[in-house]
Amino acid sequence: MTGLLWAVTKRDLLLARRRRVEALLPLGFFVVAAGLFPIAIGPEPNTLKLIGPGVAWVCALLAAMLSVTQMFASDHQDGSLEQMLLAAERLEWLVLGKVLAHWLSSGVPLVLASPLIGVLFDMQAQAIATLALSLMLGTPVLSLLGAVGAALTLGLRSGASLVFLLVLPLTVPTLIFGTGAVAAVDAGLSPQAHLSLQGALLLLTLLGAPLAAAAALRISLD
Amino acid sequence: MLNARGLACRRGRRTLFRGLDMQLRPGSITWLRGTNGSGKTSLMRILAGLSAASEGELKWRDGAGRQLIYIGHSNALKDDLTLGEALAFLARLQGLDDADSLARQALGRLGLASRREQAVRTLSQGQRRRGALARLALDDETPRTWILDEPYDALDRDSMTMLSRLIEAHAARGGTVLLTSHQAVDLAGASEFDLEPWRAA
Repeated sequence: MTGLLWAVTKRDLLLARRRRVEALLPLGFFVVAAGLFPIAIGPEPNTLKLIGPGVAWVCALLAAMLSVTQMFASDHQDGSLEQMLLAAERLEWLVLGKVLAHWLSSGVPLVLASPLIGVLFDMQAQAIATLALSLMLGTPVLSLLGAVGAALTLGLRSGASLVFLLVLPLTVPTLIFGTGAVAAVDAGLSPQAHLSLQGALLLLTLLGAPLAAAAALRISLD
Repeated sequence: MLNARGLACRRGRRTLFRGLDMQLRPGSITWLRGTNGSGKTSLMRILAGLSAASEGELKWRDGAGRQLIYIGHSNALKDDLTLGEALAFLARLQGLDDADSLARQALGRLGLASRREQAVRTLSQGQRRRGALARLALDDETPRTWILDEPYDALDRDSMTMLSRLIEAHAARGGTVLLTSHQAVDLAGASEFDLEPWRAA
């Protein structure tokens, strides 16, 4: 079954490489949206430091949501999803394969670009490292929750806007602990508690989301 | 191979068919007949396991239900992949090892060897259909059940003949085939299954 997971991941990464502009859209959105804040607010270092983690996290969250709505749409449209459904004894592996590909192509670039945003907001080196670490733990949660939303709204008109409504409230804990970790570093405290909670959220979502998304896919294709 | 009893299918408030009994035996070719909207595609999706019947029971011989090949109206080929890559992915989904080389051979058998490196988006409708049907030539070893929804659509005369011979050879090896077609097809040993008697009033 893990063979199926890797086959789906490899294919989706290959497709992302072929559609580079689409694949890099979340990264572009993240950098541009977060980069506009210092210009709009002004160069006051203390203000920037204060809002930096929150702005970076909100922009990352919206960037991840931007592409997640379409996670199953094109496979549904061209019939690939039916074939995957027929092939997979455990559809959860397939969902995990697609989530992994989504995270590698959309989430990891956000993590890698986050130090740049940190510099824009005049954040200290340790705060930047914590921001990157919190995004590393948080972005897979966004991909997993997005997969559930995308599966639930598959084939519906205006499905993308419904995904936002369904998934955004569920992402709030990740956002709070992510920004909290960086704020703790700024306050001279250890970010470990926030990061541990983010890790726990990741484990919980990793266990629950594939099951929920697989069930939703079966219902959507019936 | 398959035993279905009392199947019913509802779409919204409309019942398409009710009380449908069907048997598919190894080595048989069944041509599913019925007018537009009579529920041929719905029945095929139920048999393939993609939809649930609203009534009735469906029994596959051990493991046979998981070994079937379903080719619906969509070709399941990604536009941005080459034909070879798209078919190799479908071969992997079928659980076949050495998917790349099997895909190369299958495309050769369907006369698409020269199109293997071409992106699916650049192929004609008929070539895409043949590319999707190349899945049938991936594995001659396993007598799988083929459920083919309008497989002859978009094919030229030569390709239609080639598909018919492929289906006959599969049945001769003990495979089971269920198909629909609006066009007259020449299939030796095919029996017809008319959906009309089961249609709900």
